[in-house]
Amino acid sequence: MRIPIDTFSLPNGLFVTLSEDHTAPIVAVNLWYHVGSANERPGRTGFAHLFEHMLFQGSADVEANEHFELVQRAGGTLNGSTWLERTNYFETVPSNQLELALWLEANRMGKLLPAMTQQKLDTQRDVVMNERRWSMDNQPYGTWMEKLPALCFPVEHPFNHSLMGSMDDLTAASLDDVAQFFATYYTPDNAVLSIAGDFDPGEAHRLIEKHFGDIPRGAGKPPLPDMSLPPVFGQWKREVVPDDVMLPRLFLAFRSPAFGTEKYYAASVCGAVLGLRNGSRLRRRLVRERQIAADASAFTYDLAKGSDLLVVDATARPGVSAERLEQEVAHEIDTIVRDGIEAAEVERAVAVIQTSFVSALQEAGERADRLSLFATYFRAPELVNEEVNRYQAVTVEHVNDFIRERLGENNRASLLYVAREETPVELANASAAVATP
Amino acid sequence: MSASVSGKAARPTPGAPREYHFPRFERRRLENGIELIVAPVTKLPLVTVAILSDAGSVCDPAGREGIAQLAAKLMLEGGTEKCDGTELTERFERLGASIESQADWDAAAITMTALSEHLADSFDLLSEVLRTPAFRSREVERLKAERMAELLQLRTEPRGLADELFSRFLYNASSRYARPEGGDEQSVVGIDRDQILAFYENRYLPGGTTIIVAGDISADRAEELSRRAFGSWAGGKPTRILADDHPASHQRGVHIIAKGDAPQSELRIGHVGIPRNHPDFFPVNVMNAVLGGLFNSRINLNLREVHGYTYGAFSGIQWRRQAGPFVVSTAVKSDITDAAAREILSEINRIRAEAVAPEELSLATSYLDGVFPIRFETTSAIAAALAVLVVHGLPDDYYDQYRTRVRGMTIEGILEAAHRHLHTDSLQMVVVGDPGVVRPLLDQLGFGPITLYDSSGAPLGSVNEPTTVRHAG
Repeated sequence: MRIPIDTFSLPNGLFVTLSEDHTAPIVAVNLWYHVGSANERPGRTGFAHLFEHMLFQGSADVEANEHFELVQRAGGTLNGSTWLERTNYFETVPSNQLELALWLEANRMGKLLPAMTQQKLDTQRDVVMNERRWSMDNQPYGTWMEKLPALCFPVEHPFNHSLMGSMDDLTAASLDDVAQFFATYYTPDNAVLSIAGDFDPGEAHRLIEKHFGDIPRGAGKPPLPDMSLPPVFGQWKREVVPDDVMLPRLFLAFRSPAFGTEKYYAASVCGAVLGLRNGSRLRRRLVRERQIAADASAFTYDLAKGSDLLVVDATARPGVSAERLEQEVAHEIDTIVRDGIEAAEVERAVAVIQTSFVSALQEAGERADRLSLFATYFRAPELVNEEVNRYQAVTVEHVNDFIRERLGENNRASLLYVAREETPVELANASAAVATP
Repeated sequence: MSASVSGKAARPTPGAPREYHFPRFERRRLENGIELIVAPVTKLPLVTVAILSDAGSVCDPAGREGIAQLAAKLMLEGGTEKCDGTELTERFERLGASIESQADWDAAAITMTALSEHLADSFDLLSEVLRTPAFRSREVERLKAERMAELLQLRTEPRGLADELFSRFLYNASSRYARPEGGDEQSVVGIDRDQILAFYENRYLPGGTTIIVAGDISADRAEELSRRAFGSWAGGKPTRILADDHPASHQRGVHIIAKGDAPQSELRIGHVGIPRNHPDFFPVNVMNAVLGGLFNSRINLNLREVHGYTYGAFSGIQWRRQAGPFVVSTAVKSDITDAAAREILSEINRIRAEAVAPEELSLATSYLDGVFPIRFETTSAIAAALAVLVVHGLPDDYYDQYRTRVRGMTIEGILEAAHRHLHTDSLQMVVVGDPGVVRPLLDQLGFGPITLYDSSGAPLGSVNEPTTVRHAG
């Protein structure tokens, strides 16, 4: 199945993708800014995400908290999210409210700063600190979100530092930082706007020009440093984390080909073979047959620059030690490095991925988000229609080549959570010996 | 930036909304009592099939809490007479079908979404699952152990722990609702294969089964597939079981679950609510949207945007056949636990005492009205909405009337609903947090008598000294 796609650019550089679907009176507006935590400067970690919060605090013509109010009053849903390479803002509204959504997004893109105050920044800083406590500090294993990238990327690499940011850096963020970040990154030429659902293309075009057309182009953003990395870590990096947890849990990461490359699809299928759904290899072997793990899954970060990560995530069954968990997961990986996987496993993985993909495209918001993704990273939203073909083109040979190249002992990074009072001495020592920054 | 700050620009005004109706659906019945509901939706080549059985957690026999959820999971994981769980999973997943089987309080459901080209094969597999489950002992023991692992994990997971213990302190000790849906350490350990098989034989019967089909299929084709797969399934109809929904106490209580050094307190404040098919469902739902259901609700704006106490604070009613909990949930920095609780209490008092502003009411109703089509974009969301009709016995025109009912809500109706259904005298507060910090603050607050527990919910220390109650309300 293919979705219709139309694209154009405004003179100020705003890249627009449109995808019509009139089955329900719903339209999704989705804006990606090509800035994420990777663009933060030292001492200001967490800023991209804090800034995302500030974008809901009103703009020249919108009061604080009015953004949410206007969209919900219109019968819409909305949110935003921050990732290493991008920040997105999105709303799905009844189709007669398209202009409201466009106006709101344009108002904060063009006129955010007049509405910024120290008090708003202070309140959102407190909210974000509470978000950090809630999602990481007071949640078992919650710190994996910042510890895994720190373990896997060199210290000077833009993907190394915490997306949520440190409490110190969040405290240090100032209104000047807000203004500078906004002027640098929140410009039409650094953004992609996607609209999916029930709209008239001519009318949408007119509304986009009306609301976004006068926003000036930015002065350009500082280039990211060279983000390329060798294909493998070169060693088995290890970190043991004593935490307030009842069961050991292992995150085992492999450096893998960047999102969107041909080899990425083999890596992604490999992840699905290992840990997508109940029929996956790790669920079958470790959860069902051998009963080593209470749960096991695998996923990719989908990083488009430099190098991606494929991650296996396994939690021990009660009574299984942290060392044993790591050994048994490693054993499963060693087995496929030695023997490869079967064609049937690739077929299962691709079939499951295809159904999930088609399922997701039922929602206007998902369509718009995927269009923005391919437009932001590759200026090629039409790649959304190639996704299924690219997955179906992956053969067992491709996956086995990937496994041989990337799943060996020279390309592993393990983050092992253990109960605080039960940290085995040899593991603590091992961790200290390969102390990672 | 050439922003003019003088005077706000005019907001765009919407055109007329395009008409929308909930997907048309048809009911049919097989001779053996199976009810079939089909909603043909032809947007994409996908179909969701949800098979509901009257086998929810309220049907767990006393002392065997958790059996309904184990049975539901084992329908897939325990394999069928013909093939074991591993093969069964593979057969579904090689068709690309996503499938899960689970039980909530009121029903068990096997839900599958597949590309329409694979529907016939998947339907036959579903019949095998429902009619010939094998409940292999090895898988029974494995799923019991996995439940034990979940319960163990809960000890250090403050959100889940707060939810679980809130229910325990809320309901009569003998109520099914007082114990976790999936059962606890005491009940799960004693469950065996024979009990699960007996549960299956008593609860999974054609007379209590509804097959819901939503997506790229006609009603005739869905009936044909259903007849082929389930037409010869013989059996009766299970008796309906309802949970006891009486509260444990009519007095306020504060329950602190000790988590030393916790940087945040997980806070739950509430009481027993009302059943899903209560005549006041609409006013209570809209009242809750104003109080704590929306992002711009009073509680979230107060705690998050005014005070910066939290990442989010929300209220809700868990809708069940019998009265589920009404609960305000949030996580706040430990040293302002008392202040956050005071604000929540004051919001509950305020909505009971004063009429909501017209713009608050209109925000809630225009949101619920406008968002209606957005709730049903997917075949699985449509199937889930139809399941609500079945489980709660709502009329077939329920979704067609929904928006009219919402638009008809009045300020007086909201005040009356708040007054009638929010009970400040019997509020229970659960705090999972650092007792060293939280206890003195809550002593000061004087919300109600305080009891301290460990992470398993066992009371700490001996009898609690009576706390002077200086009503914060």
